Amino acid sequence: MLRLIRPRLAALARPTTRAPQALNARTHIVSVHRNTENNNPSIPFEFSPENMKRAEEVIAKYPPQYKKAAVMPLLDIGQRQLGYTSISVMNYVAKLLEMPPMRVYEVATFYTMYNRTPMGRYHLQICTTTPCQLCGSDGIMEAVQNTLNIKPGETTKDNLFTLSEVECLGACVNAPMMAINDDYYEDLTPEGTVKLLEDCKAGKMPTPGPENHVRRDCEPASGQKVLLSKEPHNVADFLQEGI
Amino acid sequence: MLRTTLHKRGLARLSRGFATTQDATPKARQYGGLKDQDRIFQNLYDNYGWDLASARKQGDWYKTKELILKGDTWIIDEIKKSGLRGRGGAGFPSGLKWSFMNPPGWEKNEGPRYLVVNADEGEPGTCKDREIMRKDPHKLVEGCLLAGRAMNATAAYIYIRGEFYNEAAVLQTAINEAYAAGLIGKDACGSGYDFDVYIHRGMGAYVCGEETSLIESLEGKAGKPRLKPPFPAGVGLFGRPSTVTNVETVAVAPTILRRGGDWFASFGRERNSGTKLFCISGNVNEPCTVEEEMSIPLRELLEKHCGGIKGGWDNLLGVIPGGCSVPILPKNICEDVLMDFDALKDVQSGLGTAAVIVINKQQDVIRAIQRFAAFYKHESCGQCTPCREGTTWLLKAMDRFRTGQAKEREIDMLYELTKDIEGHTICALGDAAAWPIQGLIRNFRPEMETRMKKFHDEVGAVSVGGWMKDARVEKGKVVGAPLPGVHH
Repeated sequence: MLRLIRPRLAALARPTTRAPQALNARTHIVSVHRNTENNNPSIPFEFSPENMKRAEEVIAKYPPQYKKAAVMPLLDIGQRQLGYTSISVMNYVAKLLEMPPMRVYEVATFYTMYNRTPMGRYHLQICTTTPCQLCGSDGIMEAVQNTLNIKPGETTKDNLFTLSEVECLGACVNAPMMAINDDYYEDLTPEGTVKLLEDCKAGKMPTPGPENHVRRDCEPASGQKVLLSKEPHNVADFLQEGI
Repeated sequence: MLRTTLHKRGLARLSRGFATTQDATPKARQYGGLKDQDRIFQNLYDNYGWDLASARKQGDWYKTKELILKGDTWIIDEIKKSGLRGRGGAGFPSGLKWSFMNPPGWEKNEGPRYLVVNADEGEPGTCKDREIMRKDPHKLVEGCLLAGRAMNATAAYIYIRGEFYNEAAVLQTAINEAYAAGLIGKDACGSGYDFDVYIHRGMGAYVCGEETSLIESLEGKAGKPRLKPPFPAGVGLFGRPSTVTNVETVAVAPTILRRGGDWFASFGRERNSGTKLFCISGNVNEPCTVEEEMSIPLRELLEKHCGGIKGGWDNLLGVIPGGCSVPILPKNICEDVLMDFDALKDVQSGLGTAAVIVINKQQDVIRAIQRFAAFYKHESCGQCTPCREGTTWLLKAMDRFRTGQAKEREIDMLYELTKDIEGHTICALGDAAAWPIQGLIRNFRPEMETRMKKFHDEVGAVSVGGWMKDARVEKGKVVGAPLPGVHH
């Protein structure tokens, strides 16, 4: 019996070379770090000179005795530099801000936007909360899954796309929508979404905003009904007495 | 002579009748139909540009120095006069809230004081603050200065949700423009008042929209709400007096001060005054964001600005009038309900953030609410047990209700469960998770029962908990019952 178990234990103890993408589906739930070959504390990390400058600007925003308030923006800078928030990024930020590493781990595991496993080049975040669902986000999700052959939480083999199902991204009037990295693509249709993905594959990021170009923004699709004048109304013309 | 007068007076008194009745019914007023000149957010559709020069054309930063020099009491009185209620959902009177920062003897507590602007817009259905930040950022920056002056704050932190990266970039550009023009910073607008504005980006946590949780997050911790008291106005950000307000509340302040509190109070019903950004999403022909007068009838809002319901008015199933945290309204109430805090409270719902989510008859309303349950399970911070465990239970039950794999009496059990969560948590996320389900049970119970009956007829009898006749546990897994998969 013991003989059977031992090889398994040995396998557990060995740093696994398995691609860690499969874990990503649960990153918001599993707040445990397991050392892997490409994510362990012995890998050095530090900010590039320009990021160091950014970091100093950020730290200056907060009172000097509350330097640790900069932990969130600094982790974000680290994530942008490395591609994900590795344990080394967390340790580095902790040292920089003179705070216990555990306090940084708490932050990095609490917020969903810190990706603690390597990501594809394009992070597709499809909103499926009710307003988007009512407007057909199921179709968008299906189209993306069928095109890329991955499920939420997974990365394509070519490391180009990581798919996430996310909660409301705050563009409900332009539902259904998807965020690719930092940009919002709105008013999606399944066909249009597939085209977006093709553009990404070809390396040309499409213009953010409503994907079908029927409207520019949050106005009604058939055109604005209000605020039609050429120049804005100036509040200075309506001042109350005494100013 | 004297007697005649008395007599006349007596007669007059008699003709008035009971003291509690009104002399005549007040003239019914139609709300809605706001004129363009009265819209605060002129650049809502990005027609006129958002940079400093364009903002000045709308009157932003016009005579700001004079407004600052009027002093804190004048600003707060003007806001009180306007009847502005917080636009973040709870609808607390803003003037009163701001005045909490200036209790007698506040000057003796030396040190920094903060205005914290809540731009962590995460409520499903809501997308108004995003439009303000990317199209009228100078209204927000100027609002920070004036609201900060009213509270005698030394700096403002704007907490933007992390996903709004481009919006944060626009706002930062606007702040840089304002610094370069001397409008904020040292000696803001030449008034002798020093005021800084900083941006802090969140990283994707809905719960950080709660004020104490937002403060925790700003301090570089996990966003778990604090117990109140102490209230932020006493001990807030970095242990200093602070006030957390919504973006829209702050952004409308400069215009209110310029045009006067009475102007703002002339819109909407009493105690619900002003104009408001409504975001209408879901099954309408033309979803849009629009600024309208408070107390506009819901039906007018939908038909005038959004081209009506998909499939016509009679195809309407229900409306969630204020973002996912408020209970759903059935069609018969939607006919004539007014969109303001009190009218919606009277029909057991709420204005919330004025994010109107429309559901028509082609949609599955139980699934819509089940998705909200999934949302709350995902977003619960896990600090209070009733919310952490309760949201999971709610989702598990709603998963089964969605397919109908439940017993009718479980509806009452679920209702009781929501009552056990509501009011037993530190912040309002527990309440918010409970209300949509309560609304569903109150208004769509027959639909839920029909679905259960259908499952019963087509698949088989179900007992409480979704158990079926041949179901059993094998190696830790349920077999023999088609348990629906949990969302997420």
